[in-house]
Amino acid sequence: MELLNDLLLPPARSTLAQQTDTLFWFVHLSSLVITVGLLSAIIYFVIKYRRKSEDEVTPLITHNNKLEVTWSVIPLILVLICFGWGYKVYMQQEIAPPDSYEIQVTGRQWLWQFSYANGAQTTGELHVPAGRPVKLVMNSTDVIHSLYVPAFRIKQDVVPGRYTDMWFNAPQPGEYIIFCTEYCGTAHSDMLATVIVHEQDEFENWLAKNAGGASKPADMPPAEWGEMLVQQYACTTCHSTDGTRLVGPSWKGVFGSEEQLADGSTVVVDENYIRESILEPNAKIVQGFPPVMNTYKGTLNNEQINAIIEYIKTLK
Amino acid sequence: MATEASSNLKKVQVRRFKPKEEPEHNYLNAEKGIWSWLTTVDHKRIGVMYLASVVFFFFVGGVMALLLRTELWTPAKTFIEANTYNQLFTLHGAIMVFLFLVPSIPAALGNFLLPIQLGAKDVAFPKLNLLSYYLYLIGATIVVYAMLSGGVDTGWTFYTPYSTSTDGAITAMVFGIFVIGFSSILTGVNFITTIHKMRAPGLSWSKLSLFSWSLYATSIIQILATPVLAITLSLIAMERILGIGIFDPALGGDPVLFQHFFWFYSHPAVYIMIVPGFGVVSEVITTFSRKHIFGYWAIALSSLAIAFIGFLVWGHHMFVSGQATLASMVFSFLTFLVGIPTGIKMFNWAATLYKGSIKLQSPLLFIFGFFFLFLIGGFTGIVLGTIALDVHLHDTYYVVAHFHFVMVGGMVMAFMAGVHYWWPKMFGRMYNEMLAKIACLTIFIGFNVTFLPQFVMGAQGMPRRYYNYIEQFQIFHQVSTIGSYILGLGFLLVFIYLVKSLINGEKAPANPWGSRGLEWQVSSPPPQHNFNHTPVIVHGPYDYHQPMDEFQLGLAESGNGHGHADHQDIKIDRDEPNREL
Amino acid sequence: MANDSTATSHPKYHLHHFVDAEQQFDSAKMGMWVFLVTEILFFGGLFAAYIVYRAWYPDLFTEASTELNTLLGTINTIVLIGSSLTVAMAIRAAQLNKTKQIAINLGITILLACAFMVIKYFEWTHKFHLGIFPGEFYTYEGIAHPKASVFFSIYYLMTGLHGIHVIIGIGLMTWLLIKALKGEFGSQYYTPVEITGLYWHLVDIIWIFLFPLFYLIE
Repeated sequence: MELLNDLLLPPARSTLAQQTDTLFWFVHLSSLVITVGLLSAIIYFVIKYRRKSEDEVTPLITHNNKLEVTWSVIPLILVLICFGWGYKVYMQQEIAPPDSYEIQVTGRQWLWQFSYANGAQTTGELHVPAGRPVKLVMNSTDVIHSLYVPAFRIKQDVVPGRYTDMWFNAPQPGEYIIFCTEYCGTAHSDMLATVIVHEQDEFENWLAKNAGGASKPADMPPAEWGEMLVQQYACTTCHSTDGTRLVGPSWKGVFGSEEQLADGSTVVVDENYIRESILEPNAKIVQGFPPVMNTYKGTLNNEQINAIIEYIKTLK
Repeated sequence: MATEASSNLKKVQVRRFKPKEEPEHNYLNAEKGIWSWLTTVDHKRIGVMYLASVVFFFFVGGVMALLLRTELWTPAKTFIEANTYNQLFTLHGAIMVFLFLVPSIPAALGNFLLPIQLGAKDVAFPKLNLLSYYLYLIGATIVVYAMLSGGVDTGWTFYTPYSTSTDGAITAMVFGIFVIGFSSILTGVNFITTIHKMRAPGLSWSKLSLFSWSLYATSIIQILATPVLAITLSLIAMERILGIGIFDPALGGDPVLFQHFFWFYSHPAVYIMIVPGFGVVSEVITTFSRKHIFGYWAIALSSLAIAFIGFLVWGHHMFVSGQATLASMVFSFLTFLVGIPTGIKMFNWAATLYKGSIKLQSPLLFIFGFFFLFLIGGFTGIVLGTIALDVHLHDTYYVVAHFHFVMVGGMVMAFMAGVHYWWPKMFGRMYNEMLAKIACLTIFIGFNVTFLPQFVMGAQGMPRRYYNYIEQFQIFHQVSTIGSYILGLGFLLVFIYLVKSLINGEKAPANPWGSRGLEWQVSSPPPQHNFNHTPVIVHGPYDYHQPMDEFQLGLAESGNGHGHADHQDIKIDRDEPNREL
Repeated sequence: MANDSTATSHPKYHLHHFVDAEQQFDSAKMGMWVFLVTEILFFGGLFAAYIVYRAWYPDLFTEASTELNTLLGTINTIVLIGSSLTVAMAIRAAQLNKTKQIAINLGITILLACAFMVIKYFEWTHKFHLGIFPGEFYTYEGIAHPKASVFFSIYYLMTGLHGIHVIIGIGLMTWLLIKALKGEFGSQYYTPVEITGLYWHLVDIIWIFLFPLFYLIE
């Protein structure tokens, strides 16, 4: 059973995951029994009753009410068990315990942002305390996304214009992947994030260190902060820093270079062009790239944009 | 013995009309030239044109699938860009669903066979039938235009607000599907009326072939569900053109409402695709076991049950969409109920084989492929209907594998069985049986190699519609890609030997399988008007305990207002001894 | 259905794949009924949207409804019911073989349908004049509710789709009128008149639902 679990399912790392897995195996194994039974019957009939001569006459058997009732009622009972059991576990998945720790989640093309009550904000990294129920209150700024943590067996769509929520309790520290599972455009498959489960006191430390939010740590050079922001806002989902071609142009050596635009004109990549590209991404599109970036107006402030520009300058 | 062969209880004299072997005149050579095909109102020719069209689109969609699988060979870019990949999976889905799966069995095989199985000369509205075909072609052309003029990258589900905000030819695409929808509706209207009004004397509801029953259930879903899709897609177009905001949260609308509308059609549409396949299974399994179907009414009525319950389960696509918990509970419950009639069918088919006289011809082999694959597809449906499990598996490759097992493993296998079963009837030629068996095995193996690994990676968390993926899944993707090439080869082989049979295949006898079905009591290929007499039905199509000649009865007086019966054929029939009942 | 009557007469309208004229008539009628079911589901999608939005924004619907001209709506309702009556009279005339009456009644029906569209035209243009356009083109400021455009979007969609059906009906009846004037219909054969009549009743019934749902919200 352990072996099967490892082969078919990711490690179970939330308090409810084990229940889901038990149900998973119940439905699969009872299905397997019926499938094997029915297929064996069919194979047996095919061998036993294969046509031996062309003049064979078959008996007239039109129906059998007892059999019909049997094979209607037994599956009905089985599926009702699946239904009841599934619903019971689902209710536990749905209803977050009242003392849950709340984190706000924003999905946008193509990054996950997590905001904490004390002003801490992260992108692409969901830091949570171990052994405590965590409730995610989620919203999207553009299209529908869906937040999925396979190790916790939970998933919930993130819809613009309304809040959805989900909860989990991860008993042990570790890192687990988050996928976006509702198709959301070009870089849908790159809209990943990580859940980082800390021990309770470690989490408190992390939280205290990141309190506040969007201003530069005092002793950090701008370019370094820019690099941090670039990671945080998942710019590197679409723009590589090593020359690899992703959804958007790579930043390696881009500063100061002359780029051919989609409308045929050219532009020199300077501070103004980068700034414009962050605030109005579709104003000047580099030839050969799709116009799919969203504006970061209102998301990044001036200081942050300057820091990112400083960082891009360093990518020679 | 007297037979009450007509509804007004009048005694009629019937004679035996033995089908002519190697007929000089048939529907294929009755009229010549391409124009006679394009303007035909003959349901058989329309069926053949549909068959050619759906095969063409199956090929297009299949090539796209192979491109997608090839791209997934490596975790990052293999050879196409992300946007191209997204367009390809959208078009693969849209083409396969709307241009292949929905019309394949009803419009191609159903059109050809339904009137013959009813003993009618044509469907009730032949011109409407031709119009329906042209609407299909026009819709398909618009879809191809949309594909070439900007592409569509929304997924075949067109979820808002992505579909109302992304670039591309979405408006053209949904218009194309709107037009195809009308084609589907007209076919449904035609079939329902035909089944009600065009049955031959003596062909009561209890003697209706199960293929016809399945088409009846399918048509009911088509006429009830398709208009909702039409209006939903119109709303998307309106949203894009006028910004009406019904699905746009910025204007007070709700994107989840779209999902309700969409799945109200698209879940029943799944049954539009699979229920006709069930009909084929019943026909093939009785013919190749020479035995009366077990549980005729159970199978016939379970199709109707599926059609009706199928309308009440759409919300199971939306367990994690944010719909109310109570709604999820009700939809989950009803989803399990719809599994029961499907299970009943499987058991009845298996019971039909009991004490049969089973011959493993290629159509039956395809049906056994169907059994195996559809059982897996069906049971994984039960897994997905269990809400707590769906929360984990929704939108992963597990779902992808599930619906491919149902659609390809179920519906396409049934379609292949149907094509192999009726091919001699449709074209009067036999194909190479050995090659057919090899192809069946190749398809079966290729299919399992392609999709079984997808269950595993889905359960492990691999999301669908992913262009890039994490390396952990690479081995599954590579096995799946290899499987898809084998699968492709299998279908190619079928195409080759079927085309070859058209060129130099052995001439097919009127009834090569010894079936009791009415369509096998006309020559192969059938004459232009199906019957040159009025068939009179005294036995059901599965009454294998009755002698063959009692399935070939009819009224010589054509009595159908049709004055131009082929006299030559009738003359030869007169050589047969009159048989009085 | 099954009918072995050996009718040998072969009138022009009788299509060869039917056993007899009765089967042909029954089939045509049934086909139209099935099609009408489709139509109801087609409108059903919009009615569902209406119900959802009315449940969400009940105040909006009451408020925005006052912008619609109840008098014109009432007149249109009467006009359309009248046209349903005349189309029924055309069918009756056909059954009684009064060929001239068929044409007269069809003519009146067409006129009433056109009157309906003309009134509708004035209603719409008046609203356009005020800036009440569907969706994002909505500029009217007379209603305070922020989602006011949604009400009118649904209004335009539903009455627009209904209007398209009226126009199709006018086309069909003009075609019938031409054939009626040629004397092609009589008690022997009036299938097209009958099934177009069925269609027209549906168009009428849909309006009878639309009218209170939009004009008469209290």
